[in-house]
Amino acid sequence: MAAAGPSVFLLMVNGQVESAQFPEYDDLYCKYCFVYGQDWAPTAGLEEGISQITSKSQDVRQALVWNFPIDVTFKSTNPYGWPQIVLSVYGPDVFGNDVVRGYGAVHLPFSPGRHKRTIPMFVPESTSKLQKFTSWFMGRRPEYTDPKVVAQGEGREVTRVRSQGFVTLLFNVVTKDMRKLGYDTGPSDTQGVSGPSPPPGRPL
Amino acid sequence: MVSENPHLGNQPEPLQEDSDTRPLSMTTRRGPRSLPPIPSASRTGFAEFSMRERMREKLQAARSKAESTLLQEIPTPRPRRLQSPGEKELETEFGTEPGEEAQKTQQEDDSQSHSRVKFRDSVRKIKTKPPVPPGFPSAEEAYNFFTFNFDPEPEESEEKPKAKNRDGTTQEEEEGEEEEPPVQGIHKTDEQLLISATEAEAFLWGLDHAAADFVAVRPADYESAHVRLQMEKELLFVPSRLTVPTYKKLPENVQPRYLEDEGLYIGTRPDVPRTCQNIMENRLLTQEPGRRWFGDDGRIVALPNPIKPFPSRPPVLTQEQDFRAELETLYKKAVKYVHRSQHMIGSGDSPGNFQLDIDISGLIFTHHPCFSREHVLAAKLAQLYDQYLARHQRNKAKFLTDKLQALRNAVQTGLNPEKTHKSLDTTQKTINEYKSEIRQTRKLRDAEQEKDRMLLKTIIKVWKEMKSLREFQRFTNTPLKLVLRKEKVDQKADEEAYEAEIQAEISELLEEHMEEHEQKMEAYRAAYQQWKAWKKAQRAKKKKKKQAVEEHPEEEMGEPYPEEDPVKPVPPEPTDRALMEHQVRERAARSRRRPGEPLLVPELSLAGSVTPNEQCPRVEVLRREDVKRRSIYLKVIFNDKEVSRTDSRPLGADFRVHFGQIFNLQIFNWPESLTLQVYETVGHSGTTLLAEVFLPIPETTIVTGRAPIEEVEFSSNQHVTLDHEGVGSGMPFSFEADGSNQLILMTSGKVSNSVAWAIGENGIPLIPPLSQQNIGFRSALKRADAISSIGTSGLTDLKKLAKWAAESKLDPNDPNNAPLMQLISVATSGESYVPDFFRLEQLQQEFNFVSDEELNRSKRFRLLCLRSQEVPEFRNYKQIPAYDREIMEKVFQDYEKRLRDRNVIETKDHIDPHRAMVAKYLQQVRESVINRFLIAKHHFLLSDLIVEEEVPNISILGLSLFKLAEQKRPLRPRRKGRKKVTAQNLSDGDIKVLVNIIRAYDIPVRKPTASKFQQPSRSSRTFSEKHAASPTTHSPTHSADYPLGQVLVRPFVEVSFQRTICHTTTAEGPNPSWNEELELPFRAPNGDYSTSSLQSVKDDVFINIFDEVLYDVLEDDRERGSGIHTRIERHWLGCVKIPFSTIYFQAKIDGTFKIDIPPVLLGYSKERSMIIERGFDSVRSLSEGSYITLFITMEPQLVPGESVREKFDSQEDEKLLQATEKFQAECALKFPHRQCLTTVTDISGKTVFITRYLKPLNPPQELLEACPNNPQATAELVARYVSLIPFLPDTVSFAGICDLWSTSDQFLDLLAGDEEEHAVLLCNYFLSLGKKAWLVMGSAIPEGPTAYVLTREQSHYLIWNPCSGHFYGQFDTFCPLKSVGCLIGPDNIWFNIQRHDSPLRINFDVTKPKLWKSFFSRSLLYPGLSSVQPEELIYQRTDKAAAAELQDRIEKILKEKIMDWRPRHLTRWNRYCTSALRHFLPLLERSRGEDVEDDHRGELLKQLGDYRFSGFPLHMPYSELKPLIEAVYSTGVHNIDVPNVEFALAVYIHPYPKNVLSVWIYVASLIRNR
Repeated sequence: MAAAGPSVFLLMVNGQVESAQFPEYDDLYCKYCFVYGQDWAPTAGLEEGISQITSKSQDVRQALVWNFPIDVTFKSTNPYGWPQIVLSVYGPDVFGNDVVRGYGAVHLPFSPGRHKRTIPMFVPESTSKLQKFTSWFMGRRPEYTDPKVVAQGEGREVTRVRSQGFVTLLFNVVTKDMRKLGYDTGPSDTQGVSGPSPPPGRPL
Repeated sequence: MVSENPHLGNQPEPLQEDSDTRPLSMTTRRGPRSLPPIPSASRTGFAEFSMRERMREKLQAARSKAESTLLQEIPTPRPRRLQSPGEKELETEFGTEPGEEAQKTQQEDDSQSHSRVKFRDSVRKIKTKPPVPPGFPSAEEAYNFFTFNFDPEPEESEEKPKAKNRDGTTQEEEEGEEEEPPVQGIHKTDEQLLISATEAEAFLWGLDHAAADFVAVRPADYESAHVRLQMEKELLFVPSRLTVPTYKKLPENVQPRYLEDEGLYIGTRPDVPRTCQNIMENRLLTQEPGRRWFGDDGRIVALPNPIKPFPSRPPVLTQEQDFRAELETLYKKAVKYVHRSQHMIGSGDSPGNFQLDIDISGLIFTHHPCFSREHVLAAKLAQLYDQYLARHQRNKAKFLTDKLQALRNAVQTGLNPEKTHKSLDTTQKTINEYKSEIRQTRKLRDAEQEKDRMLLKTIIKVWKEMKSLREFQRFTNTPLKLVLRKEKVDQKADEEAYEAEIQAEISELLEEHMEEHEQKMEAYRAAYQQWKAWKKAQRAKKKKKKQAVEEHPEEEMGEPYPEEDPVKPVPPEPTDRALMEHQVRERAARSRRRPGEPLLVPELSLAGSVTPNEQCPRVEVLRREDVKRRSIYLKVIFNDKEVSRTDSRPLGADFRVHFGQIFNLQIFNWPESLTLQVYETVGHSGTTLLAEVFLPIPETTIVTGRAPIEEVEFSSNQHVTLDHEGVGSGMPFSFEADGSNQLILMTSGKVSNSVAWAIGENGIPLIPPLSQQNIGFRSALKRADAISSIGTSGLTDLKKLAKWAAESKLDPNDPNNAPLMQLISVATSGESYVPDFFRLEQLQQEFNFVSDEELNRSKRFRLLCLRSQEVPEFRNYKQIPAYDREIMEKVFQDYEKRLRDRNVIETKDHIDPHRAMVAKYLQQVRESVINRFLIAKHHFLLSDLIVEEEVPNISILGLSLFKLAEQKRPLRPRRKGRKKVTAQNLSDGDIKVLVNIIRAYDIPVRKPTASKFQQPSRSSRTFSEKHAASPTTHSPTHSADYPLGQVLVRPFVEVSFQRTICHTTTAEGPNPSWNEELELPFRAPNGDYSTSSLQSVKDDVFINIFDEVLYDVLEDDRERGSGIHTRIERHWLGCVKIPFSTIYFQAKIDGTFKIDIPPVLLGYSKERSMIIERGFDSVRSLSEGSYITLFITMEPQLVPGESVREKFDSQEDEKLLQATEKFQAECALKFPHRQCLTTVTDISGKTVFITRYLKPLNPPQELLEACPNNPQATAELVARYVSLIPFLPDTVSFAGICDLWSTSDQFLDLLAGDEEEHAVLLCNYFLSLGKKAWLVMGSAIPEGPTAYVLTREQSHYLIWNPCSGHFYGQFDTFCPLKSVGCLIGPDNIWFNIQRHDSPLRINFDVTKPKLWKSFFSRSLLYPGLSSVQPEELIYQRTDKAAAAELQDRIEKILKEKIMDWRPRHLTRWNRYCTSALRHFLPLLERSRGEDVEDDHRGELLKQLGDYRFSGFPLHMPYSELKPLIEAVYSTGVHNIDVPNVEFALAVYIHPYPKNVLSVWIYVASLIRNR
């Protein structure tokens, strides 16, 4: 088998949930998890995480900084079902209930290197004004049954959402054996034997 | 030729300059030559110089001889042949180059030498021309070198410089030279010689001198302009720019014919400058005398548009003509995307960006409510004037007059016989045609002229009216002013023309009349002849009569006769010229201007002054103010959407509104409609929609800048009455004082606008592409009104369209018809290829990354495809390998086998063919249902995705208000329910099944083997006995026989699940208490922990109770004192089987279960416990059997898959369905946990009202006959029969998706079903037996939600478990039914609305509406629903032979299995025992497993004597082999490893009707007592 070359490729992702922009909310924490296809399996690292609660910075940026590390390694035989990271942000509302402040998902970058992603976050809307009021009052906002639904398309047509803010993520991606398996994802200049590393912050 | 042209133009001037500057340049050129070399000059320079000197000398010497040598050379042709024209040209270049160089040498000597070197190279090049290696002369050359005289060549080389030295003056001479070669060819030979000579020289000198020395320096060749012009004149033809007279372009003696005059449409010719046209015509005339380029009118034939209507491409290289080859889609590998952000930003101009410019310049009201009377007149006048102008511009009268003139001329020329080429009769025909044409045209002209005159008169009349009105009202509202301008005419000429016209007309009319006359005369003559003939005949008759009778009187008498006969025709009168002239003149006077009368030209101007407000009466001032208050704006409606609106502009006093706004509509769709809506605002009050103006969509050719301003009229039907001078709208008013002659005018006006396509930045019109234009194209068709003639469907049928076009004789030249003609020509010529097929997904091929064959061949792709299709075998296949070679072939085996076997019924697994068939059928139903639900699973509801609190009612709200006061994050949080885990990210080992075994009751106890002859402990139990609760007393039989003084029983529990086995410690006594938790890992099939997969887990949790028996194995009694040698044996006592699906759906199972103990448990009895317990708990003793208390759950708790609520289609009445929903909602509101069932899904997936399932159905006759006079026994037998039908939960077969109810006949055919089917069948049987029976929907342990049957006996209710056949009294504490949700009868549903739902505590009297809420009540009467059940069930007797055969096979297989399970031991079969058991099993069946134990034991003991015997019969309904094997395995009989153990196994199958088989398996192990 070893002589025949690799039968899986590996995708290693380091990075962090850097910060968020939620203009209206404060004291938020976030959770992340991964959604991936059947051909994928995590081999190392954490698949889920829950961050500390952060407060807004006191400067003009009003950023919510978590700097919460992500470190996960997947193996797969097939790029189909490429992993997505699903983020959900929670924070207390006026009455102190923890309510969801945003869901968002993004595919892990597939080309090796350093990537920065800013994901728009959204929450499902209440079905009616009355519901909205009661949910606000009771501190039980509408939530997704599973945050992972935001990573898939099925059934989303029945929902209405509202945009809430942004979360910035940083990924450092390393892949192994992808080229050997015939998947060329890297930028063209890294294909050389000893080419210099690609300039950070490629236009995306 | 072309290339020479510039020479022609440029040459003369430089030549002039040259001739001026020549002397100077000559001197400079000579300089270096004559002067000694500059000291710094190189040696080569010097050498050159000396060389030249020498050459010159030689030349002079040789010149004298030149003539003679030349003459000598002529005959030798060979060297001449060597000379190629190319070389000649090069040679002439030599001449010029040194000249330039010489100029340069003045400044730089080095460069001179350098260029010399270059020059030498070029010489070499010449030398290489002959096919001889460079540097070596060919043989010929060598020969020439030695034989020829070299004299002439320097002469020639020097000759030209000389000629140039003489410069301007020698022009003629040069010309001569130039012209020489073509004439004589002598010069050529000279050159030839020169070349060979230079070569020779080079050869000679090249050895010691620089090659440059032999350069022949000559002045530039010069051809004087004059000469050149002359030369060119011979070669070139310059067409003249003068206009070609028409006669030259036409065939001789042919008059130009203007099609336009004949009324045919001629497209506009392309704009070509006149001079270009002239040049072209001249050229064509000279070049091609054929004149085919000229049309009949003597002009060049031209198409209106030089662009071809169809794109044409050069034919593809015709190797394969197959059109398929051309259609083939080429696959191109995807090109990697190169990221270029700057391009992305730049390319913002999307192709779908089209723009329509709508220019709304203004609006004029032709009538407005605020019009005063004067305005009305003014508008009328303006309208008339416009009409006049339009007519004037068109000048149709003039055109017709001209046409008349032309026709007259044509007739005249046609009459000239010498001019015509055609035969006479055709000429005559055409002349006649012309004449009729003339007549027509004349009439038309007269009408036109009369109209013109009338119009003029009306204008004048209106103007007069207006003037009088102005005078009358004493103010002026409008600045309109009409001026009639008189144009003087030359009276004499006019009169002449008038007279000539009249004369011509008269003559024509005369001619006409003559013709008519002629015809009439003809007719007259014919008639006259006839008449004459008749007369003659008459006369002849008369004569005869005369002869016979008298002559005169009879003649007189005979006169009356002819009066009846044809009258003598009157000859037509010749036309009276005078009369005709009179007529003509009269008509002319009426319609035409009198001669000499001045031409009246009306001119309408706005020069008049409007009376200022102060001088106006009050009403008029009011009107004017009203006008001022009004303002107008327009809305632009595009495709029925408002896209823009103009500013609101005030209405001017002249009722004109100027907008001057241009709207640029960025459009994406092809415009369907474009509308302007005119709105009027009065003051600050609301706006009113005056009218809508529909604008035509411009043609694609109309682009901004080229679009003409068009006026589109509109009118409104609003009625307005005003209280001032305004005349209103839609209201009658009059100009007359007496109110007569009323007028009704509607608001109307004109919008002047222009619509055009915009032009983009780069000059490309922003017009939607062709594909989008289809609609526009259609609209063009519409205009041609093709639709009305052939219908819309015809538009798609090109042939029909073409036919229509051919029939309607469209003018093919008219651009209006262009799209049609294009279409038709396409259709008829087949120029554009219309394929007779189309592709459904024409882009699909581009997206295919491999071909289909490859896709099928590759195992990996196949696997991926199957997985994405959710084929059950692969639905959750993980990590499909990256390479084909890593995929085992066997992966597909199961799948392929299934596909193969779909229709093949194989009996291997099932033994019984019928069951195999049923299994197959079930499988198919299951598949189809699963497929349906897989689809249904992809439909989501909001609640599937979003958790949202429901709107709370007041109490919850109050509670939550109260909660507000609570602490937010209490330090001591309350315990909350376990978190449920969605089964997604689970893997093997994550899930555990926890079985908590608490205690057991009434475990059978051992009986001493010694008590051989014991009387039957009990008589056969009957129903009555049970209620009497008076079991016979038993003598306590515990004796001292137990070895080692053991207690009665040492039970322990072993839980096996998925072949994992755990067991508790051993407790003691018949009522042990373990209180132990056992943990069993759970593995999902294929490692798939999805909900659907978990639902379909068919595994059972087996809870087996064993008795641990210690046997003394000491061989020798003497050692008993010193050592203990015991063997532990375990004896199976009973089991509880709980399906995993139950655990999964219930999340936890908590309760006391009846242990399934075999009817005969050799060596054990329950007597003791009976005695103990009877004392204090008489109720308990009612139900026989042992019980175990269990708590089973899963860790972590899994979210059970909810059933799919797909709305099935139904044949039920819609009202009924609504009622069911309402009923269920009401019930759920009150008691959310009680089961309420109104509709169910039948096997075909339709919703059926539940009562339709209940109907009396006949049980098998056989059962009824068994105990004819004991209804209770019959009922029990029937229940047993039903329970023998195998149980197969729907949740397993249909993956927990929903509950399908099959009808009883289906159930019996399938021989598989779950509680509902059993219950329904049992209920139906009971109904047929005349019992009052209901279906009980409720929950029981361990089944969970289930269906039982309730019957009402005389005084009490019985609850029947349809799956086991057991029945319980209502107050039986061990009744597994724990709650009752609703009762279902054949005609109603009753929902339990009592406080309690335990059957112990409720009243089953459904007639009490306070306790039972009925579905059909007075408000909703039972509609009499027909049943879905069959009329009656037909039972066929089961084939006994087949059953016997099956019995043998099962026995054989089971024996093999047991031997397999004991791989390390020898398995001996005790045949004697087996046959004894086999005898015994039918007895068990007959007594239904009750009360045979003691007889049996006695029998066994009698037969077997010395054996220690442990064994038991198992009883189960037969469905498949596998459950039998499982059951045998779970007893653990095979586990005995005593060396001398023997086994006995007997199988008995009792067939019941309809293939229901009751299977008895007796397994026993025997150990011989020593």
